[in-house]
Amino acid sequence: METALNWEIDDWSDRIKTEGEKVIVDAGGVHYRTLNEKVRELANQGGKFIELRNINGQRYLGTGINKKDVKIIIHGTPGNDLGAFMDGPRLEVFANAQDAVCNTMNSGKVIVHGHAGDVLGYGMRGGKLYVRGNVGYRVGIHMKAYGSMVPAIVAGGTAGDFFGEYMAGGTLVLLGLGGKPEERIVGDWVGTGIHGGVIYIRGEVLPHQLGKEVGVLEKIPEKEMAELIALLKDYCQEFKLDLDEILEKPFLKLFPFTTRPYGKLYAY
Amino acid sequence: MKMIQPDFRIEVDQDKCRKCGRCVFNCGFGALELKERIISDPEKCAGCHRCVTFCPEQAINVELNPLSFRPNDNWSPFLIKAIYKQAESGGILLSSMGNDKPYPIINDHLLLDACQVTNPSIDPLREPMELRTYLGRRPEKIDFEKNNGGFKMKTQAPNTLKVEVPVLFAPMSYGSISYNAFQALCMAAKELDTLMYTGEGGLPKELYPYGDHILIQVASGRFGVQSEYLNIGKGTQIKIGQGAKPGIGGHLPGEKIPRHISETRMIPEGTDALSPAPQHDIYSIEDLRMLIYALKEATGYKPVCVKIAAVHNVGAIASGILRAGADQIYIDGFRGGTGAAPFITRDHLGIPIEIAVAVVDQRLREEGIRHLGTIVAAGSVRSAADVVKLIALGADAVAIGTAALVAMGCHICQKCHTGNCSWGIATQRPELVRRLDPEWGAERLVNLVRGWEHEIKDVMGAMGINAIESLRGNRERLRGLGLDSETLHTLGVKAVGASMG
Repeated sequence: METALNWEIDDWSDRIKTEGEKVIVDAGGVHYRTLNEKVRELANQGGKFIELRNINGQRYLGTGINKKDVKIIIHGTPGNDLGAFMDGPRLEVFANAQDAVCNTMNSGKVIVHGHAGDVLGYGMRGGKLYVRGNVGYRVGIHMKAYGSMVPAIVAGGTAGDFFGEYMAGGTLVLLGLGGKPEERIVGDWVGTGIHGGVIYIRGEVLPHQLGKEVGVLEKIPEKEMAELIALLKDYCQEFKLDLDEILEKPFLKLFPFTTRPYGKLYAY
Repeated sequence: MKMIQPDFRIEVDQDKCRKCGRCVFNCGFGALELKERIISDPEKCAGCHRCVTFCPEQAINVELNPLSFRPNDNWSPFLIKAIYKQAESGGILLSSMGNDKPYPIINDHLLLDACQVTNPSIDPLREPMELRTYLGRRPEKIDFEKNNGGFKMKTQAPNTLKVEVPVLFAPMSYGSISYNAFQALCMAAKELDTLMYTGEGGLPKELYPYGDHILIQVASGRFGVQSEYLNIGKGTQIKIGQGAKPGIGGHLPGEKIPRHISETRMIPEGTDALSPAPQHDIYSIEDLRMLIYALKEATGYKPVCVKIAAVHNVGAIASGILRAGADQIYIDGFRGGTGAAPFITRDHLGIPIEIAVAVVDQRLREEGIRHLGTIVAAGSVRSAADVVKLIALGADAVAIGTAALVAMGCHICQKCHTGNCSWGIATQRPELVRRLDPEWGAERLVNLVRGWEHEIKDVMGAMGINAIESLRGNRERLRGLGLDSETLHTLGVKAVGASMG
């Protein structure tokens, strides 16, 4: 393994091979700028299925590839801003992901088989992020929906503080799978400043954990439950989980009291 | 009982008035009514002079309400009224435009040099004067290679942006200003071959053809930021802070989110557009670097500008911003305007742009990184003289916001936050927006900047300078009048009377 990052790769031929329709790229030690340029080039040349091996902290994977039908498989731990500003592709990570996954993402799908870090899906306005494990702080901040574009984040484990802060639209789901009974499923300040969208939590949230703008519903209306189940079905398919088992435990619905939380803050 | 008496008094000369109702129609604030004669409700009057401007008989006048409090140098009428308002509502007092408090204005205490006898001046009417400015990063060094007996530049120069005049249009978001005002700015930027910043409100699709003269803003709300939009401009701008409200976010109220704004910002109609105070993915210079390069990756390495408010530690912050990879630092001084800000932040936070520019330029020079980026100065650039002084203090270019709005009719009545702008600028009410003809607005903006261009060339000629580059950071050509020695030291400017060298 190289110790220094490679900024320029003169000859990619021993790093790239093709297996059927799959293009396999050995990304070991390649600087993200060089790597992303190459991946974009492959996608622009019509590559639909790209597998990146030996990824080790390269940032911005998936950024700038604005094609709906491109699939990228990632082996190794990708760096921050995975799928930032992304519009279209599907990324699947067979490891943990770091911070700011799906930052301001427009569309596409990101699957993380491990845990993921902080600030996931900041300002995300479309597409899906599924994390099998736990997620960090500030997840789903300022997610927003418009028209038919409704983003969704589903996390399998637990989440840190500020889950869904300033949320303006979309769907956030937290499953708490595999958590210890005494463990809290989510941190404090859940949904602070929320003014749109909905959060579903499969577990208990105490009043002091919630932002003051958050309403709680224990009985989820049928239509919304059907939408949640459709989302979870897709999630379970990706990770080969049993949907019925997940549905055995009840969900809480958290929602904004108003679309205008600060309407009365000002005097003229 | 009314604790707060109106700021203005509306006088209608009933002899001259022929009751045409034009003043009533023109008032966006609903302060006038036509009954048997014109009836006024001065409480609603913003003092924007729209009625006065459009009265065909010059029969109406707006003047300050002479009602006086007992004179008190400590308790100004402003403070007394503020307390009445807050005692009534318990809210944050909201205002708009820039800080109007009587802090010293440094630009008004700086004087420019001129040539006499020993060093000839230049006549800009006869000789070429260069105002063209390139914004962005300069290479560390330039390598050459031999090429067919000649030499070829080996270094790939970073992407710079060319403007024909170092006056740009400041970010004023679509939403805080009207579609027509926004379009006028786009048209003028194209005509002048300069740049405008979008502000946070996105860019309506129909204006994408102006993309070559636009820098796309990414702020904490990330409104309308999607790949097509990011790529339509010449570059991007990350907004960290604004001179009128450093360190706080923005709330565009739901009333100002009609259909077209909602489409552009990509949020539902009628919901508040909340921009949180920090960008939640930026908590350090390292995080900023992450976003700068995310934007570069998303746009094929177009230049990235970082906009900050001028605050106490601006030198160190600017250094961090350039080291994080920004190509441009946009600094907004404490008098910078806004579509809505609490009085307390507008009037009490930040530092003057003149000081900030001088400090940042000096710091970057001392650290040997001045070439890494461009300084764009904003925050109450009121005249060509301000442009010249800021460039001499170290800016590469300036951006104008309020001045541009004034060119389109704004009377600085400071009521943008109400959305009732009678001039069709800071409003989304269709009947008011319609009043501002974008072509008329663009023409006036072009005229203003062309006028400044002539003036800048004139004073450059007087100083014997024929390229704006030679003026940049040329503090030797400035002298301070009535500034204390500490301020002069910070500015790097000598006092009047000090000779050259």
